[in-house]
Amino acid sequence: MNVAPFVRKRRLGKVGVSTVTLAHGGGGKAMKDLIDDVFVAAFDPQAPAPLEDQARFDLAELARHGDRLAFTTDSFVVDPLFFPGGDIGKLAVCGTVNDLAVGGARPLYLSCAVIVEEGTGVDLLRRVARSMAETAREAGVRIVTGDTKVVQRGACDKLFVTTTGIGMIREGIALSVDAARPGDAVLVNGLLGDHGAAILCARGDMALDSLIESDCACLHGLIEALLTAAPGVRFVRDATRGGLATVLNEIAEASQVSIEIDEAATPIREQVKAFCEILGLDPLYLANEGKIVVIVPPAQVDAALAAMRAHPLGEAAGIIGRVGQDEAGRVTMRTVFGGRRIVDMLVGEQLPRIC
Amino acid sequence: MKYLDEFRDGHKAKILVKEIEALVATMTIPDARPIYIMEVCGGHTHSIFRYGLEGMLPKQIELIHGPGCPVCVLPMGRVDDCIAIAENPAVIFTTFGDAMRVPGSQKSLLQAKAEGADIRMVYSPMDALALARSHPDREVVFFGLGFETTMPSTALTILQAEADGVGNFSVFCNHITIVPTIKAILDSPGLQLDGFLGPGHVSMVIGTAPYEFIASFYNKPMVVAGFEPLDILQSIWMVLKQIKEGRAEIENQYARVVAERGNAPALQAVSRVYELREFFEWRGLGSIDHSGVKLREHYAHFDAERKFAIPNLKVADPTSCQCGEVLKGVIKPWQCKVFGSACTPETPVGALMVSSEGACAAYYQYGGVKRYKEAV
Repeated sequence: MNVAPFVRKRRLGKVGVSTVTLAHGGGGKAMKDLIDDVFVAAFDPQAPAPLEDQARFDLAELARHGDRLAFTTDSFVVDPLFFPGGDIGKLAVCGTVNDLAVGGARPLYLSCAVIVEEGTGVDLLRRVARSMAETAREAGVRIVTGDTKVVQRGACDKLFVTTTGIGMIREGIALSVDAARPGDAVLVNGLLGDHGAAILCARGDMALDSLIESDCACLHGLIEALLTAAPGVRFVRDATRGGLATVLNEIAEASQVSIEIDEAATPIREQVKAFCEILGLDPLYLANEGKIVVIVPPAQVDAALAAMRAHPLGEAAGIIGRVGQDEAGRVTMRTVFGGRRIVDMLVGEQLPRIC
Repeated sequence: MKYLDEFRDGHKAKILVKEIEALVATMTIPDARPIYIMEVCGGHTHSIFRYGLEGMLPKQIELIHGPGCPVCVLPMGRVDDCIAIAENPAVIFTTFGDAMRVPGSQKSLLQAKAEGADIRMVYSPMDALALARSHPDREVVFFGLGFETTMPSTALTILQAEADGVGNFSVFCNHITIVPTIKAILDSPGLQLDGFLGPGHVSMVIGTAPYEFIASFYNKPMVVAGFEPLDILQSIWMVLKQIKEGRAEIENQYARVVAERGNAPALQAVSRVYELREFFEWRGLGSIDHSGVKLREHYAHFDAERKFAIPNLKVADPTSCQCGEVLKGVIKPWQCKVFGSACTPETPVGALMVSSEGACAAYYQYGGVKRYKEAV
């Protein structure tokens, strides 16, 4: 007999109200409805019932992708939740995908845990979940488990999202922050500081309008192309919080080398420069969500550049500096003006200057 | 012209540096006694470090980083007063960003905020007034801080609040004025200064005439300078030229912004709203006569000092801190006992380590500690 095995069709619950209340975090039907309506509907509407408490992976299947498992987690608390170029959902997927990818891993599965402030709109959650689902689909990763908590008003700011990801690292890839050597080139894949500037503008505190959009993007495709063309690449990191300056300092410190970048070669959008001028900020410390810093040995620079430039997310890739050996741990910048300045680690938050 | 790159042209910089070198070569300058030029304004200090100008100048020229960072010269007692106001639950306390980290005797505004005080960063006093309008049930206090550069915007905001009848807005006035301060520096014993770069944005408001005494009485040259690196190099060249020719004049390099008589509407607003205080306390420099302003009686209802009970305690600077000597150019930041050890940007002891315009923070950030400590 050719009868399909019996699969219990799952009827997804619906939320009938427009805002989240503490009842949605109570563990009862209201919570199940919220999870179904918002998250299951977006991530995997065909999910068989009942939902398990954990995702399960076939080890042999995972091993087809590489010989090491990469595992990472990141929390997202961005304000505002929606900004030009993205939203907290897209950011939460891209951020964790990128944290896996910069280690040379192919990202495969994500979890999604949310903390929701009571009073937050259910529609807002649906938008965020749809954005996560869409970003994950485009990136070829699956969101396979999650958690939802609701907290009292004031205990969090509307919505916090945590994503955890696993991926597999191909045999032979060994990227490391302490691997930079004198003579290596420092590459980036495009314009720096867009995300930080976009978020600060979108907050509206500064009453500045701009057309700057966040560069939020999943970079694993670009990184895979890069590592295939230039397998000798020493290290890749996404220049998120703390910006380019922070990543360079981490590399210089860990590898016990000096790094000098050239201001003229460091790509920054005119609008971002102007924005920083007005507020007295330094674009080298502005966050990016779609930019990587790559350390490449001299022999593979051309291959690395060509591979990056051939990818849509690396069209503006370029060499911005060199690794040296004159002062271990020191990052400097040759200014457009002909001077040389130290680019140190940021102490706290960048604060706008008074005048 | 976008004023982004035009004054940062590396090629023109090379030409200017050559001109400066050529000029210095014609002067007899003993090795042990270089030419000391003080940039009064923190904005200049910032540019000098950001573009690496010190390294481009001949070694016979030494730049002394003066007192013109309003955040840096704020005494601890005033920060404590801010916190006392901010911790009043009825208050939304608003401030410029870089005042957040200045240490008070117990804590900074940043710490007070973390502990629950409603403290918000604004970019303009008008933003604070807008907050007052949107929160009629709260008292919004703006931390008025800065030299003549920011004084008019605070004054205009108060005039606007008066015109609109906004009753829940007030200013904690800590505005200070530059001229008595330069005079105090010139009067301090042991000072070795050959010339000044005059503050650009202060001068945009007050003009260049108020500096005349520096040339006529103290016989020192001053060049009012813009903030772009080419501005600064050109101004240094102009100061050197005066020294070489034995002149002491007030010259204006920043003529594209600064008028000799300043900005009349701004000055009117300033004199309408403020009057001079008898004296004002400066961190590191002590009390300087007539160096601060307060709100006139007519604007008492916008004056946070009168609206709130303020501790108004004088807190002595930490004894280990040598900010005062650095401000006066008596020692270099790295010669201070606590520079880079007890006093770092993470845990500033003195205010010069707090703002990126402070000389010590600038050295620490852009110059590094090790190099200077080794050079000593």
